[in-house]
Amino acid sequence: MPSTLFEKIWAAHQVVPETLDTPAVLYVDLHLTHEVTTPQAFTMLRERGLQVRRPDLTFATMDHSTPTDADQLFGRVPIKLVSAAKQIEQFDKNCKEFGIELLDVMHADRGIVHIIGPELGLTQPGKTIVCGDSHTSTHGAFGALAFGIGTTEVGQVLATQCLLQRKAKSLAVNVEGALPAGVAAKDLILAIIRTLGVSGGTGSVIEYRGSTIRALSMDERMTVCNMSIEAGARAGLVAPDETTFAYLKGRAHAPAGAAWDQAIARWRTLVSDPGAVFDREIHIDATQLKPMITYGTHPGMSVAIDEPIPNLLNDPVFQKSIDYMGLTPGQQMLGQKIDVVFVGSCTNARLSDLRAAAQVMQGRHVAPGVTCLIVPGSQAIKREAEREGLDKIFIAAGAEWRESGCSMCLGMNGDLVPRGAYCVSTSNRNFEGRQGIGSRTLLASPALAAASAIAGCVADPRALNA
Amino acid sequence: MEPITRIQSRTVVMPSTNIDTDQIMPARFLTTTTRAGIAKHLFADWRYDRDGNPIADFVLNQPEAIGCQVLVAGRNIGCGSSREHAPWGLYDFGFRAVISSEIADIFKNNSLKNGLLPIVVDETTLEWLLANPGALVTIDLERCTLTLPTGAVVQFPIESFARVCLLNGVDETGYLLSQNDAISQFEKHRA
Repeated sequence: MPSTLFEKIWAAHQVVPETLDTPAVLYVDLHLTHEVTTPQAFTMLRERGLQVRRPDLTFATMDHSTPTDADQLFGRVPIKLVSAAKQIEQFDKNCKEFGIELLDVMHADRGIVHIIGPELGLTQPGKTIVCGDSHTSTHGAFGALAFGIGTTEVGQVLATQCLLQRKAKSLAVNVEGALPAGVAAKDLILAIIRTLGVSGGTGSVIEYRGSTIRALSMDERMTVCNMSIEAGARAGLVAPDETTFAYLKGRAHAPAGAAWDQAIARWRTLVSDPGAVFDREIHIDATQLKPMITYGTHPGMSVAIDEPIPNLLNDPVFQKSIDYMGLTPGQQMLGQKIDVVFVGSCTNARLSDLRAAAQVMQGRHVAPGVTCLIVPGSQAIKREAEREGLDKIFIAAGAEWRESGCSMCLGMNGDLVPRGAYCVSTSNRNFEGRQGIGSRTLLASPALAAASAIAGCVADPRALNA
Repeated sequence: MEPITRIQSRTVVMPSTNIDTDQIMPARFLTTTTRAGIAKHLFADWRYDRDGNPIADFVLNQPEAIGCQVLVAGRNIGCGSSREHAPWGLYDFGFRAVISSEIADIFKNNSLKNGLLPIVVDETTLEWLLANPGALVTIDLERCTLTLPTGAVVQFPIESFARVCLLNGVDETGYLLSQNDAISQFEKHRA
């Protein structure tokens, strides 16, 4: 019987198949960990006298609560946020005690967990990958089954390398046609979320398919898969192809020599068979897409850049959201005054994202009164961007160039958007208070964010790049 | 974990749809390395004003909320971040069940592992519950039923293994550990 890609990966990792009474015991090939969602899991191991079963399949980094200020990060001055400093210290202890390789604050390969996994070649087609973080869906861009888990499950995977799982439903998102010039992967995924709704993917694993997806770079596929969770989906997948293999070849943890050829042969089978049946399918015409921006308090509340905010005032939830945002139904987002721009996060902090922002900002200056923070996704990306001179472009434009981390995406490390301020952000969530108490987030692509930083208001990057 | 068989309680109602885990437990409280005392941060930005004083008209600050074990929320509660701090906070506050017409996957999973019942009901039942805050409801985990004060009995789905664990007050980790031989076999077979 023809199988979907998801079914193939699922079948290959069932230690014990699912029954009516019990979920499947699913094997985990790669467990990524960070400082925020693990402390209580290590406590559980200690309380029960358990060890980490496979430290060799477990990797650790620090990203969420780490400062992006170099002096604090590298220990030249104390970390201002005492609780964050303690958490970082605790994670260091936990990793040492349990024998887990940690890319700590001084490590040259440190970065956002979902950015360094692919960068180091740890993320590979056909693997099952979990992490105590909902944006683990990012790794699905490589044809890996990757999903976020809670802290109890982190403890279970540390102890057994397995999880109890019920098989998800499958959802095909078919995207056809060329993306118009100036339309980014971020615009595509925002449009998909708007179509599906923020719970449209609940209980499902999405497979992104079609000519548009095949034409995307790995960076772009990661942006798309990253936000699968914002449609409620457990995971997002793209079948691996030559683009995937070219990205992985030569990476530190990627197979080499004869093992590489064997891996490629195996990876080529990781596609949904012709005639494989999905529980549900949707179709998107990429040729009609425009730059997108959110106006509300969840990622499904978005408009195309030339489209007015809808008027749904008979819906109390919409009313509450629009009041929080201080916006007006019927208003155009274009021209909306802004205060902060954040280019960063596991969604959009890879080298191509920084290049897109730099292209817009080159030879221009951030508008007076606007704070612009550029936070690379990893230390490796930071070095590469500096080699290309992107940092100089940002600094000359009046933006701040920081050390890598999650930063202002969720503001755990003290990088915050002030109360009431508008922030055009390349991150993934525009929830109330996500970037700081009372913050107002407008999600968009790096190019749109950069164009808005220059204009001092929401701007169409296509106009500036023309 | 304490076994759960039956919960009888008045409801607390939060009609908003898409209540995300950033609202339930804002990120700035995630630097904790324990679970202790986490209830005080539950819904912090909806519950307290700028000076840290309780906002009187927020539902969790009202006297009727004291002792309530059942939270009724608009569609799609628990979306967003995987932070288990969200169900920890709800449990620590005193909740033992969350009822909605849709509950986000990771939050649902995390809740089941912490003695917080995620109960998905049809839209009509949810509408009734939203319209009748403080209703005395009974949840029977043996029968998988929710009984409303009108006498209406609503069946709810719940993952079968998690249900058995909850009924017996045992956690799933013990079961996973008992699979050690099968896991070793699987590892050997693949190597």
